[in-house]
Amino acid sequence: MTVASTPPNPPGRLARIWDSDIAWSFRSSPVTVVATVLALLLVAAAVAAPLIAPYDPFDPASLDLSDGFSRPMVPNEITGKVFWLGSDSQGRDIFSAILYGSRVSLLVGAASVLFSLVIGVGLGLVAGYVGGRTEALIMRVADVQLSFPAILVALLVFGVARGLIPPAQQEQMTLLVLVVAIGLSNWAQYARTVRGSTLVEKNKVYVDAARLIGLRAWPVMLKHVLPNVAGPVLVIATINLALAVIEEATLSFLGVGMPPTQPSLGTLIRFGQQYLFSGEWWILLFPSLVLVLLALSINLFGDWLRDALNPKLR
Amino acid sequence: MPHEDTAPILSVRDLTVEFVTRRGTLRALDRISFDVARGEVLGVVGESGAGKSVTGSAIIGLIDPPGRIAGGEVRLAGERIDNLPPEAMRKVRGKRIGMIFQDPLTSLNPLYRISEQLIETIRVHTDLDAAQARARAIALLDEVGIPAPEKRIDSYPHEFSGGMRQRVVIALALCAEPEFIIADEPTTALDVSVQAQIIALIKSLCRERGTSVMLVTHDMGVIAETADRVAVMYAGRIAEIGPVRDVVKEPLHPYAKGLMGAIPSLEGETPRLVQIPGSMPRLSAIPQGCAFNPRCSQVYARCHVERPELIAVGSRKVACHLYDTRSKSGVAA
Amino acid sequence: MTADPAPLVEVHDLKRVFDVSKPWLNRVIERAPRQFLKAVDGVSFEIRKGETFALVGESGSGKSTVARMVVGLLPPSAGTVTIDGVSMHDAAAADDRQRLRRRIQMIFQDPYASLNPRWRVGRIIAEPIRAFSLIESEAAIAERVGELLTLVGLHPDDRTKFPHEFSGGQRQRIAIARALASDAEFIVCDEPTSALDVSVQAQILNLMRDLQERLGLTYLFISHNLAVVRHMASRIGVMYLGRLVEVSDGKSLFSAPRHPYTRMLLDAVPDVAMVGKVRQSVKGEIPNPLAPPSGCTFHPRCPLVFDRCRSENPPVIDGVACHAVQAGRVAAA
Repeated sequence: MTVASTPPNPPGRLARIWDSDIAWSFRSSPVTVVATVLALLLVAAAVAAPLIAPYDPFDPASLDLSDGFSRPMVPNEITGKVFWLGSDSQGRDIFSAILYGSRVSLLVGAASVLFSLVIGVGLGLVAGYVGGRTEALIMRVADVQLSFPAILVALLVFGVARGLIPPAQQEQMTLLVLVVAIGLSNWAQYARTVRGSTLVEKNKVYVDAARLIGLRAWPVMLKHVLPNVAGPVLVIATINLALAVIEEATLSFLGVGMPPTQPSLGTLIRFGQQYLFSGEWWILLFPSLVLVLLALSINLFGDWLRDALNPKLR
Repeated sequence: MPHEDTAPILSVRDLTVEFVTRRGTLRALDRISFDVARGEVLGVVGESGAGKSVTGSAIIGLIDPPGRIAGGEVRLAGERIDNLPPEAMRKVRGKRIGMIFQDPLTSLNPLYRISEQLIETIRVHTDLDAAQARARAIALLDEVGIPAPEKRIDSYPHEFSGGMRQRVVIALALCAEPEFIIADEPTTALDVSVQAQIIALIKSLCRERGTSVMLVTHDMGVIAETADRVAVMYAGRIAEIGPVRDVVKEPLHPYAKGLMGAIPSLEGETPRLVQIPGSMPRLSAIPQGCAFNPRCSQVYARCHVERPELIAVGSRKVACHLYDTRSKSGVAA
Repeated sequence: MTADPAPLVEVHDLKRVFDVSKPWLNRVIERAPRQFLKAVDGVSFEIRKGETFALVGESGSGKSTVARMVVGLLPPSAGTVTIDGVSMHDAAAADDRQRLRRRIQMIFQDPYASLNPRWRVGRIIAEPIRAFSLIESEAAIAERVGELLTLVGLHPDDRTKFPHEFSGGQRQRIAIARALASDAEFIVCDEPTSALDVSVQAQILNLMRDLQERLGLTYLFISHNLAVVRHMASRIGVMYLGRLVEVSDGKSLFSAPRHPYTRMLLDAVPDVAMVGKVRQSVKGEIPNPLAPPSGCTFHPRCPLVFDRCRSENPPVIDGVACHAVQAGRVAAA
């Protein structure tokens, strides 16, 4: 055949990915490309914090009170040290604190997203596939949860955990408690989405074909239905990562989040706001800026992902 | 309407529709030409991807970007309509060309009574007042075979059965007394017993009102019973066009032959159906020369290089080199 | 095998009722009663080994519901399905049924929904092989998948592709290969070609007949298309509103239809052989299955209706369920 469209050599795997519709949609959206690069930079910097950070902000031995309140990029009047983004009242380097802080923020965010995803997807699959009373029960609980603001649910979980855990272990357990608190306040969205998609998928005949050869409910759900409802879950997870980071910051800002010994971006912002009116603006501004950029870039990526995976918009 | 006019009501010349994608320009219609005479039913038949629905959309100016009419012209009663501004085209669509689609539910607004939809359409296109329009709507419903129309007119679309809904859609298409109707798969969503009723209705309306119809369908049986002439489409081109009796009973184009043989019939013994190997090419991979050449059993060198034009063979036209009498290697019909 | 073997499939007085009531709260507020849909109402038939038994009917006739109950995807409300002596729904026969499953497969209407879009073709076809532990070694499974792909006219290398890379006809071939993967003997085909174009339909129908000859398959063939059924089936059951109105061998159903509904259906089908012929018009539409007519459900549309039809549901006697035929009010041919 003299068909011009078939290339002489089959392209390699990478070339195929580069040529795919989703890669093309990504490339043709400059905002998404910039947001993704920024998000990746911020995440990489947080992961590599011990390697990049010029100081260890949590080593009491290296702290010098005379470094306190250094202005950004200006040598300290007493010690002559230069802090890129300034230092706080204790003489801690803000830049290093932000690196370590975003590490904690992202860790809490990612872990809580994973937590709510596992619960939400599991319950959603069961609700959609089994139906009947099980479905009604799960979805009513989800409705109740969704009618409360997420932050209230998180505060409640946090308070209950505080009461249950002995004071001596509270500080070490904070991270775990935060993950559970934020995770429990966000699962309902996954459950709803997955239930909806499962209702659609389970009526497709490939599920009948699998039941016909005697597969039981769980294998059908996990092997057949789950891969086909994963798209929307991925989108929610991405956007929820940004929300979880903000939720953690809010909790820490309210003083019920990460302790000063393990500050997240929210804890840093809480410290910083005390100095806002006394002229030390950098202590508040830089952590807040990083939080905004992080949340915004992840969100923009999530928005694009939602559109790219939506066959109706293509 | 000047019925005595012998000029065709619709005339399509070299109509080409392209879709511009990032992977290149796809040709959904490639220089198709045909006429529809006054009072005639022209069947347009083809398998999915043949371009039959695009033909209908192109005629009524409903090709949405990234698609566009890339060439050719469409004339309605001698007047060009393919280059009209959108507002003028919209008027032509409602007033002079009626439309009937596959799913009656998409043509009827579920929130309004049938009466409201009919009366509104009639008043947009005529000078009738509300009472006259209502009387006319009832007359139309009666004409399309809705029993007790003066009672049923105030029902909502969901209160009708599938077949009755399609009758209402036909009444809606007739509101402005169009000269030409495009019916795109009008019976596909209906049950067999209802299909026959709708076919009979379209046929009788055509005869009584002298309206021309372009009937787009994949169902050769529907075409055979309804159409006067038929155009068989393949990969965005017309393979064969002619009187329905000739094309169905004795197709000339190898694709049309294969298509007719592939249809199981209720009459005669068919131990084995005729099988055309392969499938319709995607728009991105239409072969050079004759688009049917990779599947054709009578293919020869010329088919690979030169696209066959429609040539007259008796009462019809065929786009196949085999029937080109100038061709040395071809077999004359 | 003996001269007159016991039937492979026996369906006896099969019934299925669906609860289509509104949710509890709506029922309380609107004082609406519970609503039940009798999708299948007392259907009995037998399928002999190696034959093709077809169920034909329009939408709402319950033919697909019968198919789903026969393969065990849906429990019946009453009645029995017995395949090779094993009950498909009796809890006591669970072990025997698990062994039987390998021998029963189904091919579905929509080839775009019957293959898991996230699985490669090789894995889709191998799923029954793995589920029944028919072959242990991965290399042997791959070889078997290659054989199956070749058997249905595809290439062994196609196993590495995803379903979306294939056309509708090719996907239906993949579905057939999967059905054959566990050496199935009885295949239920639910409208296997109604989503396909005619030329592709011919390919699939020919393939199914070839496979039946080579492998001695038994088919239950569900379709609304009478011409396709005539081409494929050795015996045919006609369904109307959940009831079997006529069972007959393929030839005589078309040459000498007995039930008035069968006659009407045969008159209604648009057919290529009908060019230019004027046909008798068909009365009415299928009634709402939620409120079926009393007695014989066909009586409001029946030209032969008399008193008894309105009150009494006719039993199937000698392959036809019609009072008029049974009372000798109409000539059998």
